[in-house]
Amino acid sequence: MKIGGGHVRGGGGAADGPVKVTQTPYVVGSSVLGVKCIDGVVISSDTLASYGSMAKFRKISRIHKVSDACVIGAGGEFSDFQEIKKTMDGVMIEQFCMDDGYVLTPSAIHQYLVRVMYGRRNKMDPLWNQVVMAGFHDGKATLGMVDQVGSNFESEVIATGYGLYMGLPLLRNAYRPDITVAEAKKLLEDIMRVLFYRDARTSNSIQIAAVTKDGVEISEFYDLETKWDYQRFVDGARSGDVSTW
Amino acid sequence: MDPLLRPGHNAPHLPAAMGPGYADVFDRLSRQGGRVETTGTNALPTFDAHAGAKQASFQPYQNNGGSVVAVAGKDFCVVASDTRFGLGFAVPTRMISRNLVLNDKVVLATAGMQADTCTLHKVLRIRLDMYRQNHGKDMSLGAVSQLLSNTLYYKRFFPYYTFNVLGGVDENGEGFCYGYDAIGSHEKVKVVCTGSSQSLIQPVLDNQVDGKQMYDGQPVAELSLEQTVELVKDCFSSAGERDIYTVGLDGRGQPPLYVKILKLAFVLTSHPLRSKYTRSHFIQGQSPAVRDSQTTTDTYFT
Repeated sequence: MKIGGGHVRGGGGAADGPVKVTQTPYVVGSSVLGVKCIDGVVISSDTLASYGSMAKFRKISRIHKVSDACVIGAGGEFSDFQEIKKTMDGVMIEQFCMDDGYVLTPSAIHQYLVRVMYGRRNKMDPLWNQVVMAGFHDGKATLGMVDQVGSNFESEVIATGYGLYMGLPLLRNAYRPDITVAEAKKLLEDIMRVLFYRDARTSNSIQIAAVTKDGVEISEFYDLETKWDYQRFVDGARSGDVSTW
Repeated sequence: MDPLLRPGHNAPHLPAAMGPGYADVFDRLSRQGGRVETTGTNALPTFDAHAGAKQASFQPYQNNGGSVVAVAGKDFCVVASDTRFGLGFAVPTRMISRNLVLNDKVVLATAGMQADTCTLHKVLRIRLDMYRQNHGKDMSLGAVSQLLSNTLYYKRFFPYYTFNVLGGVDENGEGFCYGYDAIGSHEKVKVVCTGSSQSLIQPVLDNQVDGKQMYDGQPVAELSLEQTVELVKDCFSSAGERDIYTVGLDGRGQPPLYVKILKLAFVLTSHPLRSKYTRSHFIQGQSPAVRDSQTTTDTYFT
Protein backbone atom coordinates (compact mmCIF):
# COMPACT_ATOMS: atom_id res chain seq x y z
CA MET A 1 0.00 0.00 0.00
CA LYS A 2 1.99 2.90 -1.25
CA ILE A 3 1.08 6.50 -0.93
CA GLY A 4 1.85 9.00 -3.64
CA GLY A 5 1.03 9.97 -7.18
CA GLY A 6 0.18 7.03 -9.40
CA HIS A 7 -0.02 4.43 -6.68
CA VAL A 8 -3.12 2.94 -5.13
CA ARG A 9 -3.87 4.25 -1.69
CA GLY A 10 -6.05 2.99 1.11
CA GLY A 11 -7.95 -0.28 1.22
CA GLY A 12 -9.93 0.39 -1.93
CA GLY A 13 -7.75 -1.68 -4.21
CA ALA A 14 -7.27 -1.30 -7.93
CA ALA A 15 -10.96 -0.74 -8.57
CA ASP A 16 -10.65 2.78 -7.18
CA GLY A 17 -8.04 3.57 -9.80
CA PRO A 18 -4.96 5.67 -9.23
CA VAL A 19 -4.96 8.04 -6.30
CA LYS A 20 -5.88 11.59 -7.07
CA VAL A 21 -3.82 14.20 -5.30
CA THR A 22 -4.06 17.97 -5.23
CA GLN A 23 -2.01 18.93 -8.22
CA THR A 24 -3.44 22.43 -8.44
CA PRO A 25 -5.17 24.57 -5.84
CA TYR A 26 -8.83 25.43 -6.45
CA VAL A 27 -10.35 27.41 -3.58
CA VAL A 28 -7.58 29.74 -2.50
CA GLY A 29 -6.87 32.44 0.01
CA SER A 30 -4.53 35.29 -0.83
CA SER A 31 -1.93 37.14 1.27
CA VAL A 32 -0.96 36.78 4.91
CA LEU A 33 1.23 39.44 6.54
CA GLY A 34 3.25 39.30 9.74
CA VAL A 35 5.43 41.59 11.87
CA LYS A 36 7.56 40.73 14.86
CA CYS A 37 7.28 43.35 17.60
CA ILE A 38 9.12 44.20 20.77
CA ASP A 39 6.17 43.09 22.92
CA GLY A 40 4.67 40.38 20.72
CA VAL A 41 3.91 39.47 17.15
CA VAL A 42 1.03 40.34 14.81
CA ILE A 43 -0.35 38.70 11.68
CA SER A 44 -3.19 39.67 9.39
CA SER A 45 -5.20 38.25 6.53
CA ASP A 46 -8.38 39.00 4.67
CA THR A 47 -11.36 36.65 4.99
CA LEU A 48 -11.90 35.65 1.37
CA ALA A 49 -11.43 32.29 -0.30
CA SER A 50 -11.68 32.60 -4.10
CA TYR A 51 -12.60 29.99 -6.70
CA GLY A 52 -10.84 31.33 -9.75
CA SER A 53 -12.20 34.84 -10.19
CA MET A 54 -15.27 34.06 -8.12
CA ALA A 55 -15.40 35.35 -4.53
CA LYS A 56 -16.61 31.96 -3.31
CA PHE A 57 -16.40 32.20 0.51
CA ARG A 58 -16.32 35.77 1.76
CA LYS A 59 -16.36 35.33 5.52
CA ILE A 60 -13.98 32.55 6.40
CA SER A 61 -11.10 32.74 8.84
CA ARG A 62 -7.64 32.03 7.50
CA ILE A 63 -6.11 32.43 10.96
CA HIS A 64 -6.09 29.63 13.51
CA LYS A 65 -5.02 29.46 17.12
CA VAL A 66 -2.71 26.49 17.69
CA SER A 67 -1.70 27.00 21.31
CA ASP A 68 -1.86 29.73 23.95
CA ALA A 69 1.40 31.03 22.53
CA CYS A 70 1.00 30.44 18.82
CA VAL A 71 -1.23 31.21 15.83
CA ILE A 72 -0.96 30.27 12.19
CA GLY A 73 -2.35 32.07 9.16
CA ALA A 74 -2.46 30.60 5.69
CA GLY A 75 -2.87 31.48 2.06
CA GLY A 76 -3.37 28.91 -0.69
CA GLU A 77 -5.81 25.99 -0.96
CA PHE A 78 -8.42 26.44 1.74
CA SER A 79 -9.26 22.75 2.20
CA ASP A 80 -5.58 21.99 2.74
CA PHE A 81 -5.54 24.68 5.42
CA GLN A 82 -8.46 22.97 7.11
CA GLU A 83 -6.41 19.75 7.02
CA ILE A 84 -3.46 21.58 8.62
CA LYS A 85 -5.75 22.93 11.36
CA LYS A 86 -6.94 19.39 12.07
CA THR A 87 -3.38 18.05 12.14
CA MET A 88 -2.14 20.75 14.51
CA ASP A 89 -5.19 20.39 16.77
CA GLY A 90 -4.42 16.67 16.94
CA VAL A 91 -0.86 17.39 17.99
CA MET A 92 -2.00 19.77 20.71
CA ILE A 93 -4.59 17.29 22.00
CA GLU A 94 -1.93 14.60 22.19
CA GLN A 95 0.18 16.93 24.26
CA PHE A 96 -2.74 17.77 26.52
CA CYS A 97 -3.32 14.05 27.09
CA MET A 98 0.29 13.57 28.13
CA ASP A 99 -0.68 15.79 31.08
CA ASP A 100 2.92 16.72 31.82
CA GLY A 101 2.40 20.45 31.43
CA TYR A 102 4.71 20.59 28.44
CA VAL A 103 3.57 22.35 25.28
CA LEU A 104 5.52 22.66 22.04
CA THR A 105 7.15 26.06 21.71
CA PRO A 106 6.15 28.24 18.74
CA SER A 107 9.36 27.51 16.86
CA ALA A 108 8.88 23.78 17.53
CA ILE A 109 5.37 24.05 16.10
CA HIS A 110 6.85 25.85 13.11
CA GLN A 111 9.43 23.11 12.51
CA TYR A 112 6.75 20.43 12.94
CA LEU A 113 4.71 22.10 10.25
CA VAL A 114 7.76 22.38 8.02
CA ARG A 115 8.37 18.63 8.28
CA VAL A 116 4.70 17.88 7.56
CA MET A 117 4.70 20.12 4.48
CA TYR A 118 8.05 18.81 3.21
CA GLY A 119 6.93 15.22 3.77
CA ARG A 120 3.79 15.79 1.74
CA ARG A 121 5.85 17.43 -1.00
CA ASN A 122 8.05 14.31 -1.13
CA LYS A 123 4.92 12.19 -1.63
CA MET A 124 3.92 14.49 -4.49
CA ASP A 125 0.73 15.13 -2.52
CA PRO A 126 1.35 18.65 -1.26
CA LEU A 127 -0.55 20.78 1.19
CA TRP A 128 -0.84 23.75 -1.14
CA ASN A 129 -0.41 26.57 1.34
CA GLN A 130 1.87 29.34 2.43
CA VAL A 131 1.59 29.24 6.19
CA VAL A 132 2.75 32.01 8.50
CA MET A 133 3.39 31.02 12.10
CA ALA A 134 3.48 33.65 14.87
CA GLY A 135 4.34 32.92 18.46
CA PHE A 136 5.48 34.50 21.70
CA HIS A 137 7.42 32.42 24.20
CA ASP A 138 9.80 33.26 27.04
CA GLY A 139 9.45 36.97 26.35
CA LYS A 140 10.50 36.56 22.74
CA ALA A 141 8.47 36.73 19.55
CA THR A 142 8.88 34.21 16.73
CA LEU A 143 7.62 34.69 13.20
CA GLY A 144 8.14 32.06 10.54
CA MET A 145 6.67 30.72 7.33
CA VAL A 146 6.55 27.53 5.28
CA ASP A 147 5.17 26.84 1.80
CA GLN A 148 3.96 23.84 -0.20
CA VAL A 149 7.45 22.56 -1.05
CA GLY A 150 8.74 23.00 2.51
CA SER A 151 10.73 26.21 2.06
CA ASN A 152 10.89 27.83 5.45
CA PHE A 153 12.49 30.64 7.39
CA GLU A 154 12.02 32.92 10.35
CA SER A 155 12.12 36.65 9.85
CA GLU A 156 11.17 40.02 11.38
CA VAL A 157 8.63 40.69 8.63
CA ILE A 158 6.83 38.15 6.46
CA ALA A 159 4.39 38.42 3.59
CA THR A 160 2.94 35.69 1.38
CA GLY A 161 0.95 35.57 -1.84
CA TYR A 162 0.45 38.90 -3.58
CA GLY A 163 1.66 40.54 -0.38
CA LEU A 164 5.12 39.23 -1.19
CA TYR A 165 5.28 41.66 -4.09
CA MET A 166 3.27 44.63 -2.81
CA GLY A 167 3.18 44.23 0.96
CA LEU A 168 6.71 43.16 1.86
CA PRO A 169 8.48 46.32 0.60
CA LEU A 170 6.03 48.42 2.64
CA LEU A 171 6.60 46.22 5.67
CA ARG A 172 10.37 46.43 5.36
CA ASN A 173 10.16 50.21 5.03
CA ALA A 174 7.99 50.67 8.09
CA TYR A 175 9.69 48.07 10.27
CA ARG A 176 11.68 49.07 13.37
CA PRO A 177 13.11 46.60 15.88
CA ASP A 178 11.20 48.46 18.62
CA ILE A 179 7.84 48.50 16.86
CA THR A 180 4.97 47.76 19.26
CA VAL A 181 1.98 45.48 18.78
CA ALA A 182 -0.36 48.48 18.65
CA GLU A 183 1.73 50.14 15.94
CA ALA A 184 2.03 46.91 13.99
CA LYS A 185 -1.73 46.38 13.97
CA LYS A 186 -2.18 49.80 12.42
CA LEU A 187 0.63 49.09 9.92
CA LEU A 188 -0.83 45.75 8.84
CA GLU A 189 -4.28 47.30 8.45
CA ASP A 190 -2.79 49.97 6.15
CA ILE A 191 -1.00 47.35 4.05
CA MET A 192 -4.09 45.16 3.85
CA ARG A 193 -5.84 48.21 2.43
CA VAL A 194 -3.16 48.60 -0.25
CA LEU A 195 -3.57 44.92 -1.10
CA PHE A 196 -7.33 45.25 -1.27
CA TYR A 197 -6.99 48.15 -3.71
CA ARG A 198 -4.69 46.28 -6.08
CA ASP A 199 -4.99 42.52 -5.49
CA ALA A 200 -8.22 41.34 -7.10
CA ARG A 201 -8.26 38.26 -4.82
CA THR A 202 -8.22 40.21 -1.56
CA SER A 203 -11.43 41.42 0.11
CA ASN A 204 -12.02 44.43 2.35
CA SER A 205 -13.00 42.18 5.23
CA ILE A 206 -9.96 41.37 7.36
CA GLN A 207 -8.83 39.81 10.58
CA ILE A 208 -5.79 40.59 12.73
CA ALA A 209 -4.23 38.31 15.34
CA ALA A 210 -1.68 39.26 17.99
CA VAL A 211 0.34 37.04 20.29
CA THR A 212 1.75 38.69 23.40
CA LYS A 213 2.65 37.73 26.94
CA ASP A 214 -1.08 37.65 27.62
CA GLY A 215 -1.66 34.97 25.00
CA VAL A 216 -3.37 34.86 21.66
CA GLU A 217 -5.89 37.48 20.65
CA ILE A 218 -7.65 37.03 17.30
CA SER A 219 -9.89 39.88 16.20
CA GLU A 220 -13.38 39.56 14.82
CA PHE A 221 -13.80 40.09 11.09
CA TYR A 222 -14.06 43.76 10.30
CA ASP A 223 -14.27 45.87 7.16
CA LEU A 224 -11.51 48.20 6.07
CA GLU A 225 -12.31 51.85 5.63
CA THR A 226 -11.73 52.63 1.98
CA LYS A 227 -11.52 55.77 -0.10
CA TRP A 228 -12.06 55.67 -3.84
CA ASP A 229 -12.07 59.34 -4.85
CA TYR A 230 -8.30 59.76 -5.09
CA GLN A 231 -7.66 61.79 -8.24
CA ARG A 232 -5.47 59.02 -9.65
CA PHE A 233 -8.22 56.49 -9.14
CA VAL A 234 -10.75 58.77 -10.82
CA ASP A 235 -8.58 59.80 -13.77
CA GLY A 236 -6.63 56.59 -14.11
CA ALA A 237 -2.96 56.23 -13.32
CA ARG A 238 -1.93 57.06 -16.88
CA SER A 239 -3.98 60.24 -17.26
CA GLY A 240 -2.01 62.98 -18.97
CA ASP A 241 0.57 60.48 -20.14
CA VAL A 242 0.92 61.05 -23.86
CA SER A 243 3.75 58.64 -24.48
CA THR A 244 3.15 55.63 -26.70
CA TRP A 245 4.17 53.37 -23.85
CA MET B 1 23.03 25.86 -18.07
CA ASP B 2 22.06 23.20 -15.62
CA PRO B 3 24.90 22.76 -13.16
CA LEU B 4 24.73 19.03 -13.69
CA LEU B 5 25.58 19.54 -17.31
CA ARG B 6 28.47 21.91 -16.96
CA PRO B 7 31.65 20.88 -18.74
CA GLY B 8 33.28 17.98 -17.03
CA HIS B 9 30.08 17.05 -15.26
CA ASN B 10 27.85 15.78 -18.02
CA ALA B 11 26.42 12.57 -19.33
CA PRO B 12 27.53 10.02 -16.70
CA HIS B 13 25.35 11.62 -14.05
CA LEU B 14 22.16 11.52 -16.06
CA PRO B 15 19.80 8.56 -16.03
CA ALA B 16 20.43 6.31 -19.01
CA ALA B 17 16.95 6.93 -20.29
CA MET B 18 17.61 10.61 -20.62
CA GLY B 19 19.18 11.34 -23.92
CA PRO B 20 20.93 14.53 -24.85
CA GLY B 21 17.56 16.08 -25.66
CA TYR B 22 16.63 16.08 -21.98
CA ALA B 23 18.79 18.94 -20.93
CA ASP B 24 17.25 19.91 -17.62
CA VAL B 25 17.17 16.89 -15.39
CA PHE B 26 15.26 18.69 -12.65
CA ASP B 27 12.64 19.98 -14.97
CA ARG B 28 12.08 16.42 -16.15
CA LEU B 29 12.03 15.08 -12.63
CA SER B 30 9.54 17.72 -11.58
CA ARG B 31 7.14 16.81 -14.29
CA GLN B 32 7.50 13.11 -13.64
CA GLY B 33 6.86 13.44 -9.97
CA GLY B 34 10.45 12.62 -9.11
CA ARG B 35 10.31 9.29 -10.89
CA VAL B 36 12.43 8.58 -13.92
CA GLU B 37 10.21 7.14 -16.61
CA THR B 38 11.84 5.04 -19.28
CA THR B 39 9.03 4.92 -21.79
CA GLY B 40 6.29 7.05 -23.25
CA THR B 41 5.74 10.75 -23.23
CA ASN B 42 6.10 11.64 -19.61
CA ALA B 43 5.32 15.32 -19.59
CA LEU B 44 2.66 15.72 -16.95
CA PRO B 45 1.02 19.12 -17.52
CA THR B 46 -2.63 18.20 -17.76
CA PHE B 47 -5.71 19.62 -19.38
CA ASP B 48 -7.67 21.23 -16.61
CA ALA B 49 -11.39 20.96 -17.19
CA HIS B 50 -12.23 23.80 -14.82
CA ALA B 51 -9.89 26.45 -16.08
CA GLY B 52 -10.30 25.31 -19.66
CA ALA B 53 -6.62 25.89 -20.11
CA LYS B 54 -3.38 24.02 -19.74
CA GLN B 55 -2.07 24.20 -16.22
CA ALA B 56 1.24 23.01 -14.95
CA SER B 57 1.01 20.35 -12.29
CA PHE B 58 2.79 20.46 -8.95
CA GLN B 59 6.49 21.16 -9.20
CA PRO B 60 8.36 19.71 -6.24
CA TYR B 61 11.51 21.67 -7.03
CA GLN B 62 12.11 25.32 -6.39
CA ASN B 63 15.32 27.21 -7.03
CA ASN B 64 16.07 29.67 -4.28
CA GLY B 65 19.43 30.71 -5.74
CA GLY B 66 22.41 31.54 -3.60
CA SER B 67 26.12 31.15 -4.09
CA VAL B 68 28.68 29.33 -2.00
CA VAL B 69 32.46 29.55 -2.03
CA ALA B 70 35.27 27.67 -0.33
CA VAL B 71 38.94 28.58 -0.53
CA ALA B 72 41.59 26.49 1.18
CA GLY B 73 44.99 27.73 2.27
CA LYS B 74 47.98 26.03 3.80
CA ASP B 75 46.49 25.76 7.29
CA PHE B 76 43.00 27.22 6.95
CA CYS B 77 39.88 27.13 4.88
CA VAL B 78 37.38 29.90 4.23
CA VAL B 79 33.79 28.88 3.59
CA ALA B 80 31.33 31.61 2.64
CA SER B 81 27.83 31.96 1.30
CA ASP B 82 25.36 34.73 0.67
CA THR B 83 22.08 34.94 2.56
CA ARG B 84 19.49 35.83 -0.06
CA PHE B 85 16.37 33.65 -0.28
CA GLY B 86 15.24 34.17 -3.86
CA LEU B 87 11.87 33.10 -5.23
CA GLY B 88 11.32 34.07 -8.86
CA PHE B 89 11.70 37.83 -8.91
CA ALA B 90 10.88 38.19 -5.22
CA VAL B 91 13.09 38.03 -2.14
CA PRO B 92 10.93 36.71 0.73
CA THR B 93 13.80 37.16 3.18
CA ARG B 94 17.38 38.41 3.01
CA MET B 95 18.66 36.46 5.95
CA ILE B 96 18.83 32.73 5.65
CA SER B 97 21.88 30.69 6.53
CA ARG B 98 23.27 28.38 3.89
CA ASN B 99 26.14 27.33 6.13
CA LEU B 100 26.31 24.43 8.50
CA VAL B 101 29.13 24.05 10.99
CA LEU B 102 29.57 20.27 11.11
CA ASN B 103 32.36 20.27 13.67
CA ASP B 104 35.41 22.33 14.59
CA LYS B 105 37.22 21.37 11.42
CA VAL B 106 34.52 21.04 8.81
CA VAL B 107 31.96 23.50 7.43
CA LEU B 108 29.37 22.90 4.72
CA ALA B 109 27.72 25.52 2.52
CA THR B 110 24.74 24.73 0.30
CA ALA B 111 23.04 26.59 -2.55
CA GLY B 112 19.94 25.55 -4.48
CA MET B 113 16.54 24.71 -3.03
CA GLN B 114 16.14 25.95 0.52
CA ALA B 115 13.77 23.18 1.67
CA ASP B 116 16.18 20.50 0.46
CA THR B 117 19.11 22.39 1.99
CA CYS B 118 17.33 22.48 5.32
CA THR B 119 16.58 18.75 5.17
CA LEU B 120 20.08 17.78 4.02
CA HIS B 121 21.58 19.79 6.87
CA LYS B 122 19.29 18.09 9.38
CA VAL B 123 20.23 14.65 8.05
CA LEU B 124 23.94 15.39 8.15
CA ARG B 125 23.77 16.85 11.63
CA ILE B 126 22.12 13.67 12.87
CA ARG B 127 24.66 11.45 11.10
CA LEU B 128 27.55 13.40 12.59
CA ASP B 129 26.03 13.20 16.06
CA MET B 130 25.67 9.44 15.65
CA TYR B 131 29.31 9.15 14.60
CA ARG B 132 30.36 11.24 17.58
CA GLN B 133 28.40 9.00 19.95
CA ASN B 134 29.70 5.79 18.39
CA HIS B 135 33.35 6.72 18.06
CA GLY B 136 33.92 9.43 20.66
CA LYS B 137 35.48 11.75 18.14
CA ASP B 138 34.52 14.08 15.35
CA MET B 139 34.44 12.96 11.75
CA SER B 140 37.46 13.95 9.71
CA LEU B 141 37.14 16.16 6.65
CA GLY B 142 37.69 13.21 4.29
CA ALA B 143 35.07 11.12 6.06
CA VAL B 144 32.52 13.93 5.93
CA SER B 145 33.20 14.41 2.23
CA GLN B 146 32.32 10.75 1.55
CA LEU B 147 29.30 10.87 3.86
CA LEU B 148 27.94 13.87 1.99
CA SER B 149 28.45 12.16 -1.35
CA ASN B 150 26.65 9.03 -0.16
CA THR B 151 23.83 11.08 1.36
CA LEU B 152 23.29 12.88 -1.94
CA TYR B 153 23.50 9.72 -4.05
CA TYR B 154 21.04 7.96 -1.76
CA LYS B 155 18.45 10.24 -3.31
CA ARG B 156 19.75 9.72 -6.84
CA PHE B 157 16.30 9.34 -8.41
CA PHE B 158 14.60 12.16 -6.51
CA PRO B 159 17.66 14.27 -5.78
CA TYR B 160 18.18 16.97 -3.23
CA TYR B 161 18.29 20.04 -5.44
CA THR B 162 21.40 21.30 -3.66
CA PHE B 163 24.86 22.37 -4.71
CA ASN B 164 27.38 21.94 -1.97
CA VAL B 165 30.87 23.00 -1.08
CA LEU B 166 32.59 21.47 1.88
CA GLY B 167 35.63 23.07 3.47
CA GLY B 168 37.87 22.41 6.42
CA VAL B 169 41.21 21.28 7.66
CA ASP B 170 42.24 17.63 7.46
CA GLU B 171 44.05 15.45 10.01
CA ASN B 172 47.38 17.03 9.04
CA GLY B 173 46.04 20.52 9.56
CA GLU B 174 46.02 21.32 5.87
CA GLY B 175 43.06 23.15 4.38
CA PHE B 176 40.99 21.50 1.63
CA CYS B 177 37.67 21.97 -0.16
CA TYR B 178 35.29 19.63 -1.90
CA GLY B 179 32.86 20.66 -4.63
CA TYR B 180 29.70 18.61 -5.35
CA ASP B 181 26.94 18.33 -7.85
CA ALA B 182 23.38 17.55 -6.76
CA ILE B 183 23.75 13.77 -6.84
CA GLY B 184 27.08 13.32 -5.10
CA SER B 185 29.81 13.56 -7.70
CA HIS B 186 32.64 15.38 -6.03
CA GLU B 187 36.14 16.61 -6.42
CA LYS B 188 38.83 17.53 -3.89
CA VAL B 189 40.18 20.95 -4.69
CA LYS B 190 41.80 24.05 -3.22
CA VAL B 191 39.20 26.51 -4.40
CA VAL B 192 35.59 26.03 -5.46
CA CYS B 193 32.34 27.91 -6.05
CA THR B 194 28.87 26.61 -6.84
CA GLY B 195 25.40 28.06 -7.01
CA SER B 196 23.85 30.78 -9.09
CA SER B 197 27.04 32.85 -9.37
CA GLN B 198 29.33 29.93 -10.13
CA SER B 199 30.14 31.16 -13.61
CA LEU B 200 30.96 34.63 -12.29
CA ILE B 201 33.08 33.71 -9.29
CA GLN B 202 34.89 30.48 -10.19
CA PRO B 203 37.08 31.95 -12.97
CA VAL B 204 38.13 34.83 -10.73
CA LEU B 205 39.15 32.42 -7.98
CA ASP B 206 40.97 30.21 -10.50
CA ASN B 207 42.93 33.24 -11.54
CA GLN B 208 43.60 34.80 -8.15
CA VAL B 209 44.21 31.65 -6.10
CA ASP B 210 45.43 29.08 -8.59
CA GLY B 211 47.23 31.51 -10.91
CA LYS B 212 45.31 30.28 -13.94
CA GLN B 213 45.35 32.39 -17.13
CA MET B 214 48.35 34.31 -15.84
CA TYR B 215 50.28 35.78 -18.74
CA ASP B 216 53.77 34.86 -17.61
CA GLY B 217 52.78 31.58 -16.04
CA GLN B 218 54.58 32.48 -12.83
CA PRO B 219 53.28 30.78 -9.70
CA VAL B 220 51.20 33.16 -7.58
CA ALA B 221 52.09 33.98 -4.02
CA GLU B 222 50.07 32.02 -1.50
CA LEU B 223 47.28 34.08 0.01
CA SER B 224 47.14 34.69 3.71
CA LEU B 225 43.94 34.12 5.65
CA GLU B 226 43.16 37.84 5.69
CA GLN B 227 43.83 38.19 1.96
CA THR B 228 41.63 35.20 1.23
CA VAL B 229 38.75 36.66 3.22
CA GLU B 230 39.05 39.97 1.38
CA LEU B 231 39.12 38.15 -1.97
CA VAL B 232 36.03 36.13 -1.12
CA LYS B 233 34.16 39.26 0.01
CA ASP B 234 35.09 41.02 -3.23
CA CYS B 235 33.87 38.03 -5.23
CA PHE B 236 30.47 38.18 -3.55
CA SER B 237 30.02 41.91 -3.85
CA SER B 238 30.90 41.76 -7.56
CA ALA B 239 28.69 38.75 -8.26
CA GLY B 240 25.85 40.44 -6.39
CA GLU B 241 25.95 43.30 -8.87
CA ARG B 242 25.25 41.00 -11.81
CA ASP B 243 23.33 38.03 -10.41
CA ILE B 244 19.85 38.70 -9.07
CA TYR B 245 19.91 35.50 -7.04
CA THR B 246 23.02 36.44 -5.08
CA VAL B 247 23.11 39.25 -2.58
CA GLY B 248 25.77 41.90 -3.03
CA LEU B 249 26.48 44.91 -0.87
CA ASP B 250 24.02 45.96 1.77
CA GLY B 251 23.08 49.54 2.61
CA ARG B 252 26.29 50.12 4.51
CA GLY B 253 28.48 48.93 1.68
CA GLN B 254 29.17 45.69 3.49
CA PRO B 255 28.62 42.30 1.88
CA PRO B 256 25.99 40.56 4.02
CA LEU B 257 27.85 37.33 3.88
CA TYR B 258 27.81 34.47 6.22
CA VAL B 259 31.48 33.84 6.50
CA LYS B 260 33.11 31.06 8.36
CA ILE B 261 36.80 30.70 8.64
CA LEU B 262 38.52 27.64 9.86
CA LYS B 263 42.04 27.98 11.01
CA LEU B 264 44.38 25.18 11.86
CA ALA B 265 42.57 23.18 14.50
CA PHE B 266 44.34 21.82 17.52
CA VAL B 267 43.41 19.78 20.53
CA LEU B 268 43.34 21.88 23.65
CA THR B 269 42.22 19.86 26.64
CA SER B 270 42.50 16.29 27.81
CA HIS B 271 38.83 15.44 27.54
CA PRO B 272 38.35 13.63 24.24
CA LEU B 273 34.98 15.17 23.46
CA ARG B 274 35.09 18.58 25.08
CA SER B 275 38.35 19.49 23.44
CA LYS B 276 36.73 19.36 20.04
CA TYR B 277 34.22 21.98 21.00
CA THR B 278 36.73 24.57 22.12
CA ARG B 279 36.22 27.22 19.56
CA SER B 280 39.17 29.42 20.40
CA HIS B 281 40.87 28.54 17.16
CA PHE B 282 38.07 30.05 15.12
CA ILE B 283 38.83 33.38 13.64
CA GLN B 284 36.07 35.60 12.41
CA GLY B 285 37.00 37.21 9.17
CA GLN B 286 34.39 39.90 8.90
CA SER B 287 35.34 42.58 11.30
CA PRO B 288 38.66 43.31 12.98
CA ALA B 289 36.77 44.34 16.09
CA VAL B 290 35.22 40.93 16.38
CA ARG B 291 38.50 39.22 15.65
CA ASP B 292 40.45 41.23 18.19
CA SER B 293 37.98 40.60 20.94
CA GLN B 294 38.56 36.87 20.49
CA THR B 295 34.87 36.26 19.99
CA THR B 296 34.20 32.61 19.58
CA THR B 297 30.72 32.57 18.14
CA ASP B 298 30.34 30.53 15.02
CA THR B 299 27.80 32.60 13.18
CA TYR B 300 28.25 36.08 11.95
CA PHE B 301 26.00 38.29 9.91
CA THR B 302 27.12 41.68 8.78
